[in-house]
Amino acid sequence: MIKWLLAPVYIIALCVPFFNRVEPSLFGFPFFYWYQLLTVPAGALLIYIVYRVEDREATK
Amino acid sequence: MTYAAATVVFLVLILFVIVLGFLAGRWQAGDMRNIEEWGLGGRRFGTWVSWFLLGGDLYTAYTFIAIPALMFGAGALGFFAVPYTVVIYPILYLVFPKLWKVANAHGYITGPEFLRGRYGNRWLALAVGLTGIIATMPYIALQLIGMQTVIGALGIPGHGPLVIAFAVLAAFTYTSGLRAPAMISIVKDLLIYLTVIVAVIVIPAQLGGFAAIFAKIPPAKLLLAVPKAGSGGAYTGYATLALGSAMALFLYPHAMTGILSASSQRVIRRNAALLPAYSIMLGLLALLGFMAVAAGVSTNPEFAGGFKHYGASFAVPALVLFSFPAWFAGVAFAAIAIGALVPAAIMAIAAANIFTRDIAAPFVAAAGAGTQALVAKLFSIVMVIGAVVFILEIPSTYAVQLQLLGGMWIIQTFPAIAFSVFTRFFNGWALLAGWAVGIASATWLVSLNGFKGSIWAFHVLGYTLPAYIALATVVLNAAVAVVLSLPLNAIASDRAGDETVAADYV
Repeated sequence: MIKWLLAPVYIIALCVPFFNRVEPSLFGFPFFYWYQLLTVPAGALLIYIVYRVEDREATK
Repeated sequence: MTYAAATVVFLVLILFVIVLGFLAGRWQAGDMRNIEEWGLGGRRFGTWVSWFLLGGDLYTAYTFIAIPALMFGAGALGFFAVPYTVVIYPILYLVFPKLWKVANAHGYITGPEFLRGRYGNRWLALAVGLTGIIATMPYIALQLIGMQTVIGALGIPGHGPLVIAFAVLAAFTYTSGLRAPAMISIVKDLLIYLTVIVAVIVIPAQLGGFAAIFAKIPPAKLLLAVPKAGSGGAYTGYATLALGSAMALFLYPHAMTGILSASSQRVIRRNAALLPAYSIMLGLLALLGFMAVAAGVSTNPEFAGGFKHYGASFAVPALVLFSFPAWFAGVAFAAIAIGALVPAAIMAIAAANIFTRDIAAPFVAAAGAGTQALVAKLFSIVMVIGAVVFILEIPSTYAVQLQLLGGMWIIQTFPAIAFSVFTRFFNGWALLAGWAVGIASATWLVSLNGFKGSIWAFHVLGYTLPAYIALATVVLNAAVAVVLSLPLNAIASDRAGDETVAADYV
């Protein structure tokens, strides 16, 4: 059940109390902003992994 | 104030995409007398065309204006657009390849049509179809407002240009169908990426870097307010707004049309991993709202008239005019205006597909494929004219409020569409009852908010839980559908009406 890898997407993107802070800031971006921008490629990567695994199983 | 160089560049780019729109019908040409060719591009768009089409479809001109405007006015809350466009993609990955498969197997071109096949219930399909058309109307109108804002920023007065733009839109939609926005979306997306990349390099350099920009934002707007004890406060509001908006997005007819036009399930799955590129772009674009604050455009006398007329929506146009040379402002404005044409065209086509297949055919008269295509083409013109009249006759605040309500309504089709690709547990009439309860309760709560706010503070076991009304009411909707399905399945099962089989979904 590789699909369960999609569940963390919701956790990392919606854990508001965790990311509602200024420090640590990065390149002048408060944590709130750079962290949420970072959840985009992180979420995409998880979906890509699920896709690759399922696609390989399907074509076997 | 007028901007000659910007206007010339703007008009050249707009004319270019209009020509493209008319030529698009010949691209991998199909028989335009067939509604699957006109309204779904013959289901032959591969990974990259679908990527551009869905990107152009979901990330619209309205978004490009409204999200930075929200950041400009309300601050951190506007950044909900980022988690929103992160959590939509697991939904796209899990639900919609299945919907594509069953739709392809049975020739469905709309979501409601799938429900009619699944439950043999044309009333459920009608309810879902009407919800889609009604939610789409203000959405098209808001695209027009987005376009109007940039035309106004160029100093061109009056509604004339807008009416001309949308007359042309109606014409190429009629002749080329879904191929027109598919082809134009490639130009639009390249222009938008170019604009955003240039903006996040050039503007911070002018303003002294990102640290200096964030330093100019008042602390109360830089982060969400920390909730008081015993309340979820802004935290639950923010998270439910993101999640509820995500659940609603792919139920909109234009999103469904974009998905069903893919050439395979694989194209959709790949795009669930590739489309987030647009979410990064949207996040950076949202920050333009803060850049507009840091640049002080709202107190600049050059833009006083614009802000007076368009409010916070003028933040991005003002920033573009303030920061870029005139010719590049023309490019940026063209990107936004074309960003209005693409989704507006897809919305008109999608609504027309629903009108033809889910209202006219089952309730008025069954028609052959040729007649269906003609009905759809004519209805797409009705949708565009309706949206223009909407803008000319009704104050724009109503369009915004109706769009807000539209989101509340469209999410009520989630249990029917999303659950039904996984299970046949539900009864069609139970889903219809759940839909009705959801629509009524959402509308009632929004009316208590004076049709302005989309968050309601629910009280659960002594705890205050502010939540997006759409999300709370769709939970109620699903609960009603479950509870009513149990007795209805026992006494009046509609399982015999299912024309699909399990193999249609995997």
